[in-house]
Amino acid sequence: MALPNKPKGELKAVRDPEVVEKEVDVLIVGGGMAACGAAFEVKKWADNESVLLVDKAALERSGAVAQGLSAINTYLGENTPDDYVRMVRSDLMGIVREDLIFDLGCHVDDSVHLFEEWGLPVWKKSPEGKNLDGKKGLKQGTLKEGSQPVRTGKWQIMINGESYKRIVAEAAKKALGEDNILERVFIVELLLDKKKENQIAGAVGFSVRENKVYIIKAKTMMVACGGAVNIYQPRSVGEGKGRAWYPVWNSGSTYTLCMKVGAELSMMENRFTPARFKDGYGPVGAWFLLFKAKALNGLGESYVTSEAAKKELEFYAPYGTAAITPTCLRNHLMLFEMKAGRGPIIMDTVTALAELGKTLDKKELKHLESEAWEDFLDMTCGQANLWCATNTEPEKKNSEIMPTEPYLLGSHSGCCGLWVSGPDYDWVPDAYKLKADNGKVYNRMTTVNGLFTAGDGVGCSGHKFSSGSHSEGRIAAKQMVRYAKDHADFTPELPMGKDEIVDMVYKPVRTYLDNCEYTTADDINPNYIKPEGMMYRLMKATHEYGAGTATFYETTNKNLEIIMDMLKVMREDCEKLAAGGLHELMRAWEIYHRIWTVESHLRHIQFRKETRYPGFYYQADYPNQDDENWFCFTNSKYDPQAQKWDTFKRDYIQIIPSE
Amino acid sequence: MPSFVIAEKCDGCKGGEKTACMYICPNDLMVLEPNTMKAYNQEPDQCWECFSCVKICPTQAIEVRGYSDFVPLGSSIYPMMGTEDVMWTCKFRNGTVKRFKFPIRTTPEGEANAYESLKGKDIESDLLSTEEADGYQVPKPQATA
Repeated sequence: MALPNKPKGELKAVRDPEVVEKEVDVLIVGGGMAACGAAFEVKKWADNESVLLVDKAALERSGAVAQGLSAINTYLGENTPDDYVRMVRSDLMGIVREDLIFDLGCHVDDSVHLFEEWGLPVWKKSPEGKNLDGKKGLKQGTLKEGSQPVRTGKWQIMINGESYKRIVAEAAKKALGEDNILERVFIVELLLDKKKENQIAGAVGFSVRENKVYIIKAKTMMVACGGAVNIYQPRSVGEGKGRAWYPVWNSGSTYTLCMKVGAELSMMENRFTPARFKDGYGPVGAWFLLFKAKALNGLGESYVTSEAAKKELEFYAPYGTAAITPTCLRNHLMLFEMKAGRGPIIMDTVTALAELGKTLDKKELKHLESEAWEDFLDMTCGQANLWCATNTEPEKKNSEIMPTEPYLLGSHSGCCGLWVSGPDYDWVPDAYKLKADNGKVYNRMTTVNGLFTAGDGVGCSGHKFSSGSHSEGRIAAKQMVRYAKDHADFTPELPMGKDEIVDMVYKPVRTYLDNCEYTTADDINPNYIKPEGMMYRLMKATHEYGAGTATFYETTNKNLEIIMDMLKVMREDCEKLAAGGLHELMRAWEIYHRIWTVESHLRHIQFRKETRYPGFYYQADYPNQDDENWFCFTNSKYDPQAQKWDTFKRDYIQIIPSE
Repeated sequence: MPSFVIAEKCDGCKGGEKTACMYICPNDLMVLEPNTMKAYNQEPDQCWECFSCVKICPTQAIEVRGYSDFVPLGSSIYPMMGTEDVMWTCKFRNGTVKRFKFPIRTTPEGEANAYESLKGKDIESDLLSTEEADGYQVPKPQATA
């Protein structure tokens, strides 16, 4: 035992940090694909308007694409935005914002064309129908010039994407200018204007490298900090809990920051529990779509084509009987097998590769093997190592697949997020056009004036993925400049003083310093709780009561009632979070953000009295879909003044007819 | 699968302007211990195994050991980063070794065209800057056209 107690980490926190104050016109909070899109676009429209981007990590490798990706999942190419809307609508069980999805479909390809120009290698089809990887494929010309990508599905194209984020970040940095980028600064709260009602005025946070609190005033800002991960107990609870499918550093900040200033949320009950290779969470898309592998149950049956499965899907018509089974229902079928005692679920890689091998020569076969490994090595390196460690060569040995713990996101096959304005076209229903204080419509603005979001932040419009998040960030960036120009004479004024802000941001540090000498073990002290302990408390509660993997994603009214009480107590105990170092201070604010985000998720599940997404979660008191009462958006709003929640319905409006 | 630092190989990036692994880790895990001037992973159970630190380390001092809760010992995967390709060496527990080379970018680093001189014209339109420059027309939903 080393007494006295020492704070964890190498960068100790001090009681009184330095304060850095900044004022800009446009603020970008986040550093992932959406923020990089905004960074690329914003200066093209700004004249004298100043811009600042603040990233919790380093832009070069931050966000969900940090590790790389093996595919771009949204590239329209020869398809229409109308069909794109139809696909997203069907996958998300009917209730989506068709204006936002259509709009995204109009702009996403422009970002993909830029990625290729910047140097991202995109696979191409040769005239003979062979797959050429990115470098060889360039000889076929670019996508923009009309060359053919390698499609694994109607919307997906294959890339050599190890350096995807580095390439996109490089263009973002050049476009915005390094001087306008702050890395390793974590924004923890937003502030509304002191005088102007419902107007965003600033963001506050701290450096995770130096003892500095940042107070940044802005006329307008975009908050795009990804989704929420490690909010439910993961299937691996030791070292392996870092191996989340979505990036483990996504702490729900997007939702919490915005909801706490009163921005309206939508469809927060929606979640994503992707079925992936077990434990390593490697992607299955290429295996299903490119290699045509089948999933088998424990009896070796291709269960998705069984009579029982068909019957089960008919129950969820028209989604269940759609040409492409929605993601949640594919999970549902998997769980259906597992619960019936016909697990585990196995990806039959052996048969798939043998079938493909029949028409290939030795060199082509070698390339096929390489493609299979690249799928992992480009985006989930750890899965490749798991194969190595378990002596799994996919042509010789099959691998298990399994639905993961729940994640919250708005850009993948999920659609929770903020309620935002659609574009100002005549075909967009008025109910989807949110009017700002000046009566104008700003695309992707939340219900708080001047506050925008993109990517995982925008609700009701999933299936944007990396490319769509980038173009959505660009859309928001242009609108922010427009907003700043329209509000040129507005000077933001913060409702809190400098000292008050520092007290708030550094509270966990002071709690630690005030109390750490009381006991002989740093983590155990009755006067405070460490963020790690709070993380385990949140995970245990969601796991057991909030439709986690413990109950096969099932919850009930009573369970929800219990966990809502627990969350209230957790929020109270967060007042006693303690952090001795800057890294721990980051963890303290992250767990605080996660708790608020989870609360909104469960509040929405509690409100929606049906099971809209079987396979993602089940409300056992209302096990069916109830179109008559619940074919609508469920929205919620936290009133920061009254500190009260309101949960309510908003109408779904169909724009794109069914085919 | 947490990253680990080989003590003998790590020089704390003494000659560099920043500690590379600490600079890059998206989850703020890699830190430099100032007395020994060596880096370490301060929170292995929050490691996403993204290999960013492995790939950036100038002395190849960082590798990854599979998560103890589900990865058996004895394997390794290691990337050698080039300017155009990455070369992976994948060693199996049973001794099998596989090597794969994949392209990572088709342009020299630093050459991404950020269209720095491009200025948008119509702030009231719904076109993005490069779309406006290309003369792109935004489609309407077919049912409303």
